[in-house]
Amino acid sequence: MSTATETIEGLVKQEYKYGFYTDVETDSAPPGLNEDIVRLISSKKKEPPFMLEWRLKAYRYWLTMSEPTWPHVHYPPIEYQKSVYYSAPKKKGDGPKSLDEVDPKLLETYEKLGIPLRERGRLAGVAVDAVFDSVSVGTTFQKQLAEKGIVFCSFTEAVQNHPDLVKKYLGMVVPYTDNYFAALNSAVFSDGSFCFIPKGIRCPMELSTYFRINAANTGQFERTLIIAEEGASVSYLEGCTAPMRDEHQLHAAVVELIALDNAQIKYSTVQNWYPGDEQGRGGIYNFVTKRGMCKGKNSKISWTQVETGSAITWKYPSCILLGDNSIGEFYSVAVTNNYQQADTGTKMVHVGKNTKSTIVSKGISAGHGQNSYRGLVKIQKSATNARNFSQCDSLLLGNKCGAHTFPYIEVKNTSARVEHEASTSKIGEDQIFYCNQRGLSTQDAVNMIVNGFCKEVFKELPMEFAVEAQKLLGVSLEGSVG
Amino acid sequence: MNTPILEIKNLHAGVEGKQILKGLDLTINEGEVHAIMGPNGSGKSTLAAVLAGRDGYDVTEGEVLYMGKDLLDMDPEERAREGVFLAFQYPVEIPGVNSTYFLKSGLNEIRKHRGEKQLDAMEFLSFVKEKVKLLELSEDLLRRSVNEGFSGGEKKRNEIFQMAVLEPKLAVLDETDSGLDIDALKIVSHGVNKLHRDDNSQLVITHYQRLLNYIIPDFVHVLVDGKIIRTGDKSLALELEDKGYDWIVTHQPVLA
Repeated sequence: MSTATETIEGLVKQEYKYGFYTDVETDSAPPGLNEDIVRLISSKKKEPPFMLEWRLKAYRYWLTMSEPTWPHVHYPPIEYQKSVYYSAPKKKGDGPKSLDEVDPKLLETYEKLGIPLRERGRLAGVAVDAVFDSVSVGTTFQKQLAEKGIVFCSFTEAVQNHPDLVKKYLGMVVPYTDNYFAALNSAVFSDGSFCFIPKGIRCPMELSTYFRINAANTGQFERTLIIAEEGASVSYLEGCTAPMRDEHQLHAAVVELIALDNAQIKYSTVQNWYPGDEQGRGGIYNFVTKRGMCKGKNSKISWTQVETGSAITWKYPSCILLGDNSIGEFYSVAVTNNYQQADTGTKMVHVGKNTKSTIVSKGISAGHGQNSYRGLVKIQKSATNARNFSQCDSLLLGNKCGAHTFPYIEVKNTSARVEHEASTSKIGEDQIFYCNQRGLSTQDAVNMIVNGFCKEVFKELPMEFAVEAQKLLGVSLEGSVG
Repeated sequence: MNTPILEIKNLHAGVEGKQILKGLDLTINEGEVHAIMGPNGSGKSTLAAVLAGRDGYDVTEGEVLYMGKDLLDMDPEERAREGVFLAFQYPVEIPGVNSTYFLKSGLNEIRKHRGEKQLDAMEFLSFVKEKVKLLELSEDLLRRSVNEGFSGGEKKRNEIFQMAVLEPKLAVLDETDSGLDIDALKIVSHGVNKLHRDDNSQLVITHYQRLLNYIIPDFVHVLVDGKIIRTGDKSLALELEDKGYDWIVTHQPVLA
């Protein structure tokens, strides 16, 4: 907590807490992208031929595409041939068989990030898959989960041990033809997490993936695939951080969720990639495709995201509501401070009857930050009695930042009911002075007002994450007033 | 006795380059209740704003001592922690911020400043229970966002409730009576009177005399054009009510 002598200026200098670098020997591909690199990645992963074929198709398709220019963000051209597409900590021999054999330096890294992987000190009730640059270094609680038939492992393991499931579901929701970054990801993705919750099983603990970018000039391309069979349910958390660097780094992930009849998937993200410095140098380009399919009837997919990091965020966690009575939800807090830019929102595509969707988006802009909400609500002809409620609120701190809203609504069925509410407000000097007059410092006042603004979203996060998110928001906005 | 809490000497202050206070002198001692009356635009709210440290007000001359310390040198939150409280004329709404949490945070900052133990949620709730009754506030208001959706009267009562919780040394009430019906006025006044002690002081700023039927001041000051032009006891307020501000302006005693 602050004291009266603490100045805003001092707070500005607060550093990105996760900006350290771990010095490990790596096994990296040379920079550049071509078919050989795609083949190299596939062979490193010891993948079956169908995977390589899929990757190559994606790569060839990507070559025919061009980068999207419609997002409300600005950045110099990305030089795809200069980036490294595969980098992994060097393994001894055949690689670790269990977490005990993982390089202690890596375990330490995660400990420093607050994610203990060793048996002792593990987060109770949360199974973690830790992804370091291009590979998963370990997954906790695998055995306990396997007893219930739940598969929770790195994508690489999934391809080797459950090729049928991968073959069946990979690209079902986000085909490699979907968009430029999804195509790139499909060609070169190196790891990620795979979850399979069999019929009728409620996953007994939170599943979580922690993504860490470590190496320089490396892109991170991971893929997450979560399948909940009939009547299954799971809550999944994702966290991300990266070292501080002056160069931009590309992170282009793909997440696919599939919920069958009566299944539920709750996906929460606390994204804290390095956002760049006060001048806008460095930071991660977070160009991500996340989409869930409510394939079965009465299924439900819920996205909650707290986006505080990255130089540029471009992502629209979406739901395709295919099954009758299925439900899609999107709760988002996106913060842009300094020179951060975010173009984020969701797509709710109603196909089945009586489908319902809820969108609650809270954008916070400070410094020179630019924050855009972009959302599509599409009610198809077949979606009788579809319902949507959208609420988009923007909060501005200072007068150099911007908030933008781009809602798209397409309704092809007259029985649909679509509601959209939007507001933009500024944290008033009056509000801050009022708090000051009751003894609160300006920073605490801003935190309190911002947390109040985000409350509806935070209450959707799992308990431990909600606390973390509140703290994170405080750090992200430090120095944004004064 | 007669320990001064607030000493204002030759205060000149303004906002956006416009001079509003033009040489104001005022001393408030422990245990005293002072009222400042004046017509619109005389500088009443500017005085409140300068004392609380609101941004945008410039002091061009003079000094203000609070408990012997330079008040103008302190940040607004430091003044609050030192025991200066302002009951706002227009209390601010803060959507999404729970009233109880807000007030508990403020109180704990003040307690921390005094070197006292912080109160946890349970301790705080039992601490405020009595104070809620004093202002006849519904406990339901405490569960709502700060001032959000409160009626005008509820907002003003909430200000005095906060004052009751924070127990200031110097309370400045800026037109707390404006917009109150007679019942609310009685409740608010009763609360303010209950909070009056020998070791604290109150500065009541008002346009109308009627508040002073309920809060009996030791001194009444008349503020006109940025200066106190007359000081008296409560009978001055009655005279003013009777004859109007014009009378006092035209019948100014010759000041030495």
